[in-house]
Amino acid sequence: MKFGVVQFPGSNCDQDAYFVLRDVMRVPVEYIWHQTTSVKGFDCIVLPGGFSYGDYLRTGAIARFSPVMEAVQEHAARGKYLIGICNGFQILCESGLLPGALVRNEGLKFVCKFVHLRVENSDTPWTCEAKEGQILRIPIAHGEGRYVADEETLAELTGSRRILVRYCDAEGRYTPGSNPNGSVNHIAGIANETFNVFGLMPHPERASEKILGSADGRILFESIIKTLRSG
Amino acid sequence: MPQVKVYVTLKPTLLDAQGRVVHNALNSLGYDNVEQVRIGKYIELELTGGSQNIERDVREMCEKLLANPVIENYRFEVVK
Repeated sequence: MKFGVVQFPGSNCDQDAYFVLRDVMRVPVEYIWHQTTSVKGFDCIVLPGGFSYGDYLRTGAIARFSPVMEAVQEHAARGKYLIGICNGFQILCESGLLPGALVRNEGLKFVCKFVHLRVENSDTPWTCEAKEGQILRIPIAHGEGRYVADEETLAELTGSRRILVRYCDAEGRYTPGSNPNGSVNHIAGIANETFNVFGLMPHPERASEKILGSADGRILFESIIKTLRSG
Repeated sequence: MPQVKVYVTLKPTLLDAQGRVVHNALNSLGYDNVEQVRIGKYIELELTGGSQNIERDVREMCEKLLANPVIENYRFEVVK
């Protein structure tokens, strides 16, 4: 089993993701430079958070055309695992690997705080170690995390249970105050049709040790590691 | 040298959070007649060569990179 963490110019959560995989989860992991054109040998690739290429034009718009992304697209097309966290989620949407888009937060502010997420589907490679309806406390840190998609896409995401996590309050209720950015239907993270690609705005790598205020993010890493071990 | 002016705007169905704030600001400055504000992007391109295929090329640039067709509309003018 080998994880890869892509480093774009402007990535700033690459080292956090690498640290959690290597030192907390104790699995093999390597960095993947953005100019690399092959990602052979990796079982799961992480597109980390940050501000790739300065997020010029739109978040993720330039990163999506970086040399490594062609290989990452092929990796995903072969059914291998790919997760985008925060800026990584924005890149996945820009590249069409996930539907919809992430636009400016409704309140216009950059929001950096712990939020609660409800696991909507625990029967996926990314959430199999969580319980259905489990509430995770994980931080967000973004200015452009308001998930939007057309009605047809939302119906498809809901019907096929591709919404994996949604913003909620501490009790798991979808109150207006528990939606930090105005995302449609409180959507915080979605998967592709075949569930091998997952994107989410919250940062599980920033909440994988108790000393950081929460270790709930570990559940997502434990899930994908279990999936890879059993595959 | 042909110049192209590209205008990118959020689709009308999407809430434009920035536009809403500017709308409120204009209203509070006394401009009660402002009904809606939508903020977009204006991009100028200067192209080399002749004017052949400009429309096709710019449309492709917009679809691929300059606009995100999921959330934005675009239009452009070619200034000869």
